[in-house]
Amino acid sequence: MNGASTLFYKEVLRFWKVAFQTVAAPVLTAVMYLLVFGHTLEDHVKVYDTVGYTQFLIPGLVMMSVLQNAFANSSSSLIQSKITGNLVFLLLTPLSPAAWFVAYVGAAVVRGLAVGTGVLLVTAWFAPPGLDNLLWVLVFTVLGAGLMGTLGLIAGLWAEKFDQLAAFQNFIIMPMTFLSGVFYSVHSLPGVWQAISHLNPFFFMIDGFRRGFFGVSDVSPWLSLGVVGVSFAVTAGLALSLLKRGYKIRS
Amino acid sequence: MPSPTSSPPAISFENVRKTYRGGQLKALDGVTFDIQPGEFFGLLGPNGAGKTTLISVLAGLARATEGRVRVMGHDVVDDYAAARKALGVVPQELVFDPFFSVRETLRIQSGYFGVKNNDAWIDELLHNLGLTDKAHANMRQLSGGMKRRVLVAQALVHRPPVIVLDEPTAGVDVELRQTLWQFIARLNREGHTVLLTTHYLEEAEALCQRIAMLKAGRIVALDRTSQLLAGTHSTMLRFKTDAVLPADIAARARVTGRIVQVTAHDAHEVETTLAELRKVGCPIEDLEIGRADLEDVFLEIMQGAEQ
Repeated sequence: MNGASTLFYKEVLRFWKVAFQTVAAPVLTAVMYLLVFGHTLEDHVKVYDTVGYTQFLIPGLVMMSVLQNAFANSSSSLIQSKITGNLVFLLLTPLSPAAWFVAYVGAAVVRGLAVGTGVLLVTAWFAPPGLDNLLWVLVFTVLGAGLMGTLGLIAGLWAEKFDQLAAFQNFIIMPMTFLSGVFYSVHSLPGVWQAISHLNPFFFMIDGFRRGFFGVSDVSPWLSLGVVGVSFAVTAGLALSLLKRGYKIRS
Repeated sequence: MPSPTSSPPAISFENVRKTYRGGQLKALDGVTFDIQPGEFFGLLGPNGAGKTTLISVLAGLARATEGRVRVMGHDVVDDYAAARKALGVVPQELVFDPFFSVRETLRIQSGYFGVKNNDAWIDELLHNLGLTDKAHANMRQLSGGMKRRVLVAQALVHRPPVIVLDEPTAGVDVELRQTLWQFIARLNREGHTVLLTTHYLEEAEALCQRIAMLKAGRIVALDRTSQLLAGTHSTMLRFKTDAVLPADIAARARVTGRIVQVTAHDAHEVETTLAELRKVGCPIEDLEIGRADLEDVFLEIMQGAEQ
């Protein structure tokens, strides 16, 4: 796996060289959300009896940042390499589809973790969210970032132009993250919207992650783990199949 | 032809076909030939002949619709990892990764092939390609010629036995050409097989032991360079003029600015051509008479392939 570890290293180095843009900027965005929503809604919204709204918001913001940045890492790296033509340096190598997958998704998880840790460290200063079960936190962070890194890989392979990728991000990823319970509990929604939320895998990623902090969640963390695990397996299978076929990268 | 050996050909193309748009466009139409280990082989052809498509199939950037391609005996599809390890390709396009320095670029490329602790060879490449003082420069800061040198270094960083150069000197200065050809010739002497595509036919004539010519996806000539040159018995008249050429001479002349080159098959035709120019009062300067070069052979073969 020497080749895969080099590609993983290169992908991590790529985002780290522009960490101000890829890590610091999303942390600042999350803090802005916290300040605006936390201050305006703290006294008006009660989600759980023992948890204040700002505290409730923090894990959601952390996970949202993890997911969005994991997606951005693999998708933007691939589309840039495709459009500038330097993907040829990878296409000429003996790297297997599995090596591509491990490296791109692994680096996406690292960026997700870096941004998530940054958001948590900065926002926890406003309202420490506590920690009920570290294992749930880690499992949902890694699995969620892996799922989004894989989706980013698929989107990067599929997209031929930056605006196609932006459409994928703006019309699929962004609505699904915002409508996943980052800013509210799905129990506060009408029945039909609750049912629709349960079709959104992002909801399970955020709900399971939040469970690790508060010990309470909208659904069982095992159900969330099952949904996220199956979603990851399905998208990973699709990504590997596309890589094996050389979908839109080998003619 | 090189003497037969027990080792497999360095590169083997076997009835390679590549079509696009459901078979409507034939980019490669049954290409078959071998390149032996240690050969310096030229692949020539006009734009759109299929040279880059053939190299793309060889390098795994494209898949052949039919046929097989092997590198050092390894099938480029079934045994792609071994085939790609044996191959170093300098792509035609001037591409680079703007995030990294020259040394980082080479270390990363080396790592993709599983070659670690490769700094001694990377230093040698940098030295031989005149890049030592640019080792820590970001790729974005390099001139076009310097970027082209890095492309060559990237192709060689894992010490492949087979080197493919797809128009490596397109748009680069004389100094780089000299540096590059000295280095590639040295690697060839040390046993590396080289496949070169170029539009600079004087380079192919000087460097390549054998040459294949491709037109519309088919091989239209394949022989030792010396045989190809001997195969044409043409004599070349070269002169300068500002006057309008007689129609029948103009029809078979190659004109570059003031320089006119006209082929003649024998001494009698040379006499006739010069007499005709005198007859119409066409003033000429710097007359030279010599043997036809590869460019003339190329044009003759390409015109022949059209008929």
